[in-house]
Amino acid sequence: MASVSLHAVSKSFGTHAVIQGVELQIDDGEFVVFVGPSGCGKSTLLRIVAGLVAPSSGIVAIGGDDVTDVPASRRGVAFVFQSYALYPHMSVARNIGFALETLGMARDAVSQKVLGVARMLKVDHLMDRRPRELSGGQRQRVAIGRALVRQPEIFLFDEPLSNLDSDLRMEMRLEIARLHTELKTTMIYVTHDQSEAMTLADRIVVLNQGRVEQVGTPQQLYHAPDNRFVAGFIGSPRMNFLNVSSRQEGEVAVLTGAGNLSLALTTGDAQSGIAEIGIRPEALRLVAEGEGRIACILERVEDLGHEHFGYCRISDGTVWVIRLPQAPLPDRIGKPAGLDFAGSAVYAFAADGRRVAVGAGHVAEGPQP
Amino acid sequence: MDTATLSRPLRKPSSFHRAKRRIVRGLQIFALLLVLVYTLFPYYWAFVSSTKQGAALYHSALVPALDFTYYRQLIDNPIFMGSLLNSAYVAVCTTFLSLVIGVSAAYALGRIEFPQRRAVLMIVLMISIFPQVVVLSGMFELINWFGLFNRPSALILTYLLSTVPFTTWILTTFIREFPRELEEAAIIDGCSHFRILTKILLPLMGPSLASTGILAFILAWNEFLFALTFTLTDENRTVPVAIGLIAGTSRYEYPFGQIMAASVTVTLPLIAVVLVFQRRIVAGLTAGAVKG
Amino acid sequence: MSAKLARRDHRAAWLFLLPVLVVILLVAVWPLARTFYFAFTDAYLDDPSVYSIVWFDNFIEVLNDRSWWVAVRNTLVFTVISVAIETGLGLAIALLLNAAIPGRGLARAAILVPWAIPVVVATKMWEWMLNDQFGVINKILSGLGLVDHGIAWTASSSLIMGVVIFVDVWMTTPFMVLLILAGLQLISPEIFEAADVDGIPAWKRFWSITLPMLRPAIGVAVLFRVLDALRMFDLAYVLAASNENVMTVSIYARDRLISFQELGVGSAASTWVFLLVALVAIIIIGVLRLDRAAGT
Repeated sequence: MASVSLHAVSKSFGTHAVIQGVELQIDDGEFVVFVGPSGCGKSTLLRIVAGLVAPSSGIVAIGGDDVTDVPASRRGVAFVFQSYALYPHMSVARNIGFALETLGMARDAVSQKVLGVARMLKVDHLMDRRPRELSGGQRQRVAIGRALVRQPEIFLFDEPLSNLDSDLRMEMRLEIARLHTELKTTMIYVTHDQSEAMTLADRIVVLNQGRVEQVGTPQQLYHAPDNRFVAGFIGSPRMNFLNVSSRQEGEVAVLTGAGNLSLALTTGDAQSGIAEIGIRPEALRLVAEGEGRIACILERVEDLGHEHFGYCRISDGTVWVIRLPQAPLPDRIGKPAGLDFAGSAVYAFAADGRRVAVGAGHVAEGPQP
Repeated sequence: MDTATLSRPLRKPSSFHRAKRRIVRGLQIFALLLVLVYTLFPYYWAFVSSTKQGAALYHSALVPALDFTYYRQLIDNPIFMGSLLNSAYVAVCTTFLSLVIGVSAAYALGRIEFPQRRAVLMIVLMISIFPQVVVLSGMFELINWFGLFNRPSALILTYLLSTVPFTTWILTTFIREFPRELEEAAIIDGCSHFRILTKILLPLMGPSLASTGILAFILAWNEFLFALTFTLTDENRTVPVAIGLIAGTSRYEYPFGQIMAASVTVTLPLIAVVLVFQRRIVAGLTAGAVKG
Repeated sequence: MSAKLARRDHRAAWLFLLPVLVVILLVAVWPLARTFYFAFTDAYLDDPSVYSIVWFDNFIEVLNDRSWWVAVRNTLVFTVISVAIETGLGLAIALLLNAAIPGRGLARAAILVPWAIPVVVATKMWEWMLNDQFGVINKILSGLGLVDHGIAWTASSSLIMGVVIFVDVWMTTPFMVLLILAGLQLISPEIFEAADVDGIPAWKRFWSITLPMLRPAIGVAVLFRVLDALRMFDLAYVLAASNENVMTVSIYARDRLISFQELGVGSAASTWVFLLVALVAIIIIGVLRLDRAAGT
């Protein structure tokens, strides 16, 4: 059993609170990704699990046992660092085997285990090289090998791919996914790259300013974000937002905003307090001027080859991104246009960022003249 | 039109700028030569003088006469050779001890978070700016207690006063430069603090230890006040004191030839070390000061 | 609670600090305390175990000694003038060595030579070059027709302080150069490129960009040099023994202590030296701090 649970974990450096009251339950064999903007505390949280950073308060448990006071080396965890942190003065073989050597394992047994791991990661031809003689990808494999050889109950990855170029990153991402399928070990993976999070994770933990914003599967986070932060963070390009004023008419909220927006949503609540709406770029359609639900000016189009993004300025200055199936005619650029969307694609948020559930049975009106 | 003239001032011909650049370059090279003469000529002159005999010493010919009589006399002089050995013994032991003590302290100060860390660092820094004369009385007593008076070993003990704070300070800044993740990896791999220091950091610290060691060595090799005060007899002196106390029978018979020969001999190893390890020395000197 | 893990680390830290703490106690704190203690006694060096407490008599005796005040004046004059010259010269040489000119690598190595030479050796070398009859300096000066007969640099009471300062400048300017050079190299070259493109003249670039950015480096270097100059002993001692014209506070204290065997008075003089250095250190550090606060 190697589940991980964090109970009321907080950490502050001086007066600066980095982690604030985190509650988290990770099941055995699960692949969990911590994601969040830089400085959100995700690396610190990972180090608290590893035992490299002591929490200021709270309890860390691994496999049901309280390990808050257990030193890192006794927690049965392995750690893959962002910089790889290979020992520069040791050969690849010794780097991989150093933990076993430290444990006092016999030399033959160590080299046998090291060889096994090296073969699995296809670095067995590099055994006598020093880390500086390796390419980035090879270093990454050695770092994973060093983690693997200890047969840990939990793997911890701290942005392991951020120092690789994009081709290699893709390849190593697949490698890590394959590793998880084969070993079925609990893995916690920290990244700021949401595409890594979406592709690797069983569950994603979104962190912001030391707090857990939401925990859920990639699908849940994408389709049912709990709040404005998660809605804006997951998805690329990010969700478009617009401030609205709302007027409650029973269980229907009537929203008005820039770009002649006028929208009615059923809320199931007489006090919804909707202050903002959000729509993903892929849910928007570009239509002719005077049509659709929001009036805007198509300012620019970016052509990425396989897809196109339009940038539309709404009357209050907000710029919305829209994903276009094909490039619009050049003479539409710089001209007024309309944006249309299905009512079910609208996310509504209260002033404090909390998402307000809105019904699909909305009443829609076109833009007013 | 004003904006146009602002962004494009009157251009002088390219040849003007080329000439100007050449003049500046010429002045710079001239200044550089002046600096070289200023720093090196005294040492060169000492060498020239040390190879002149008799009356030639008093003629200021700029080329060395290459007469090595004074050097032969030095080698045949057991007192001088003895003081060379004393200096080497004291400097080597001081350097070794200060490095061992300094590395151990630097690991704690650079790598372990503990509440009094800053206070300890401040104490170390304060002791390194102590005027040595202040501890002279107490040190005198201490050395008598240990029965070390008039022994070169006494100097090792007293030199630790200046070298240990210095090596601790510099090595702390060097140790801080190692990436934290390296140490975290070692912790995960099950290393104790001692094993992290000996197996991970020390093998990587060769250059830092060299920088710091050379500086400590030079400090110990050149020390004068303690060496003058705590040794009494000629056979226990270090070289700086021996040279400082060479005297002639009168002011006009001052044996400058011999003194210059001794000076060149004592300084030659230092200059060789300095020229070879130039970069390392600069790294050591500036690590303590700039990032402190 | 994992204060336990932290506590284990703290214990390890003190263990690693143990050797340095033992050394500091043995060769710094203990002798310092003994010096302070002896300062209140009438002990003599030949038998320090026989003494009685005389309280502040020794401190007052030192203050009433005309030689002490001469030594204080000498030390301050020496410190202020030599550090000022070293800073100016060091800045000039550092700027020169930072420019891309052929031979600067050689010059950077050469500049270390005066710094590495023992003070005693440097003093002897200059003493020989400044010899009134046979010194090369006088030969050059009379060769150029600047003087008719050799100047007695080291024998004349009015010139000897100048000689001490001159030799000290020769020996310690390299230290200044290295620290300022390191400070210069911390400045991003892009800043100078930006100034170049903006057409800022060289002197203005120096005054408004280089110098303000070098302030911290120069401040630290000056602090180190001042504290070092205040305790100067060997240079003046080797050049002129106890000649009153260049006697520093360190020489004064050592003379009372060793030559006159007055352990009590010598310790009191040492304590005054300590207080003098501490006062100057506090003032300089205070000034640096203020600068930093004003800069942000």
